[in-house]
Amino acid sequence: MNRIEKKLGELKEQGKKALITYVTCGDGGYEATEKAVYEMEAAGADIIELGVPFSDPIAEGPVIQAASVRALSGGTTLAGIFEMVKRIRKRTDMPLLLMLYLNSIFGFGTERFFDICAEIGIDGVIIPDMPYEEKDEIQPYADNHDIISISLVTPTSKDRIEKIASSARGFVYCVSSTGVTGMRSSFQTDFSKFISEIKKYTDIPCAIGFGISNAEQAHDIKQYCDGVIVGSAVVNIIGKDPENCTKPVFDFTSSLREGLDR
Amino acid sequence: MDTKGKYGIYGGQYVPETVMNAVCELEKAYEHYSKDKEFQEELKALYRDYAGRPSMLYYAEKMTKDLGGAKIYIKREDLNHTGSHKINNVLGQILLAKKMGKKRIIAETGAGQHGVATATAAALFNMECEVYMGAVDMERQALNVYRMELLGSKVTAVTSGTSTLKDAVNEAMKDWATNIETTYYLIGSAMGPHPYPQMVRDFQKIIGEEIKAQLLEKENRLPDCVVACVGGGSNAIGAFYDFIGDESVRLVGAEAAGKGVETKYHAATLSRGRDGIFHGMKSVFLQNYEGQIDEVYSISAGLDYPGIGPEHANLAKTGRAEYVPVTDEEAVCAFEYLSKTEGIIPAIESAHAVAAALKIAPTMSKDQIMVINLSGRGDKDVYQIARYRGVNISE
Repeated sequence: MNRIEKKLGELKEQGKKALITYVTCGDGGYEATEKAVYEMEAAGADIIELGVPFSDPIAEGPVIQAASVRALSGGTTLAGIFEMVKRIRKRTDMPLLLMLYLNSIFGFGTERFFDICAEIGIDGVIIPDMPYEEKDEIQPYADNHDIISISLVTPTSKDRIEKIASSARGFVYCVSSTGVTGMRSSFQTDFSKFISEIKKYTDIPCAIGFGISNAEQAHDIKQYCDGVIVGSAVVNIIGKDPENCTKPVFDFTSSLREGLDR
Repeated sequence: MDTKGKYGIYGGQYVPETVMNAVCELEKAYEHYSKDKEFQEELKALYRDYAGRPSMLYYAEKMTKDLGGAKIYIKREDLNHTGSHKINNVLGQILLAKKMGKKRIIAETGAGQHGVATATAAALFNMECEVYMGAVDMERQALNVYRMELLGSKVTAVTSGTSTLKDAVNEAMKDWATNIETTYYLIGSAMGPHPYPQMVRDFQKIIGEEIKAQLLEKENRLPDCVVACVGGGSNAIGAFYDFIGDESVRLVGAEAAGKGVETKYHAATLSRGRDGIFHGMKSVFLQNYEGQIDEVYSISAGLDYPGIGPEHANLAKTGRAEYVPVTDEEAVCAFEYLSKTEGIIPAIESAHAVAAALKIAPTMSKDQIMVINLSGRGDKDVYQIARYRGVNISE
């Protein structure tokens, strides 16, 4: 069974919300990323999204864009990230996803990409610039290795929710609001309505992401969903001082965990 | 319909889910209005009365004699209102935006020609307009920046990446994803997600249609060769489209080779790129072995783009059109050549087409005809060309 589905199944049984955290790979070096992953797991993160830095990240706000620039100028490569994942996989069995832009797969070679992902223990991918209509670009290759391509639903999806949600696997990535990734102080979306619309068409967990940046927000939002995704806030902490990021990342993740469990 | 807007393997709709419904809405609106008689009449009137169409097809007699090969005609898109072919597409799209009830227009621009055309049309249609422009381009095209502001538009500097056209597209896409309900993204080239490549081509294809009709009248025949510059490729697809079915017509695109395709400093996508998926489309891109988009370079801000529209990628793949690299130096020489020979100062973008023509025309026979699509005028480039030649002029 795919680790994402297994983990989410366990959480459901325990009546717990999923905490999904994101880190931009190679920001501050691969070691900083690795350390952050271990700290996040120790502090209670359930699933980790490993962001593959891209030259032109059109769905990212300033925090992740800046982290991507730093990572790339520091020499981060997909090949290097694969090596890092191998090391991480030796130490943990938690679900690992790659979040990346389609050209990082297509430009690398789609079949080869998924072969390697399967070999090193990647459980899923999130591709922000691949809508439902173009999913065949990767789906057969991902399915071949039981790697889940996570579907995104946004407040602008409206009549598209049915077809997206009904074919989704793992969890539905519910984008909190229009715009790009990044910390938000408040949300305009009616989450109750948004999530119940999605739940009409699927039984899999719904996780809300884009803009959630502290324990209070996580706590406020948990009533609407099965999990939350936190990205920019983590990246921001690592970016400030990559070498000494372990304690702040642990503390921050713990606070999110506490916010979700409270 | 699941696979939309494909040109061979190229094209498609590779955009984030947030903008997917807007893309679908645009697609429906365009399908409707492209067949709507009233819309087409309104557009025709704008082309005629506002843009100054048809643009002239000029027999370049001195150039023809000097080169001693094919008879050369120049399609004068530089004489359109706002000084380039960009106005053709902008008028079509802004009319569509108005019909769709949109109040705010955003656009990206490289050289500033598309930005100026958009700012102009936004003024005419009384719409709020914000143009994203790379900070590097704002410096090399300062005149166009002021022009856009004069027309009432906001010009937002983009400092990410290489601070050029590619980055301006990135930021415009982010704005669109943020303000999706109110905003119409007016893409300036035959690129991006479907329906943009098709729509931009349809609004530009009047160039080729006019060339065909004008040449029939003057020479009672088709041209043997049509030459245009390509960045994203809107003026080229506009000039080529009506001739694609005419197998005897050779179609040549001139792409920016900067300091040479053997160096790192060029934007010659079809010479050096490979298949990729970026900016909403599957096409050919300059990229590294892991799919990171290359930083590209050209003296011409309008051609300084690491990709090309999907229809060109397909025309190149099928061999129907050929694409040749033209260096900065060749383009600047052509810029000066056309100025001195015909008294026409071309845009530095269009000078790439002239440079390709300077090489090809002498290889053709005297009874053959070549048409150069002169996509824009060069007033905006004078300062930069002077600087390139080491002449210091202060404005």
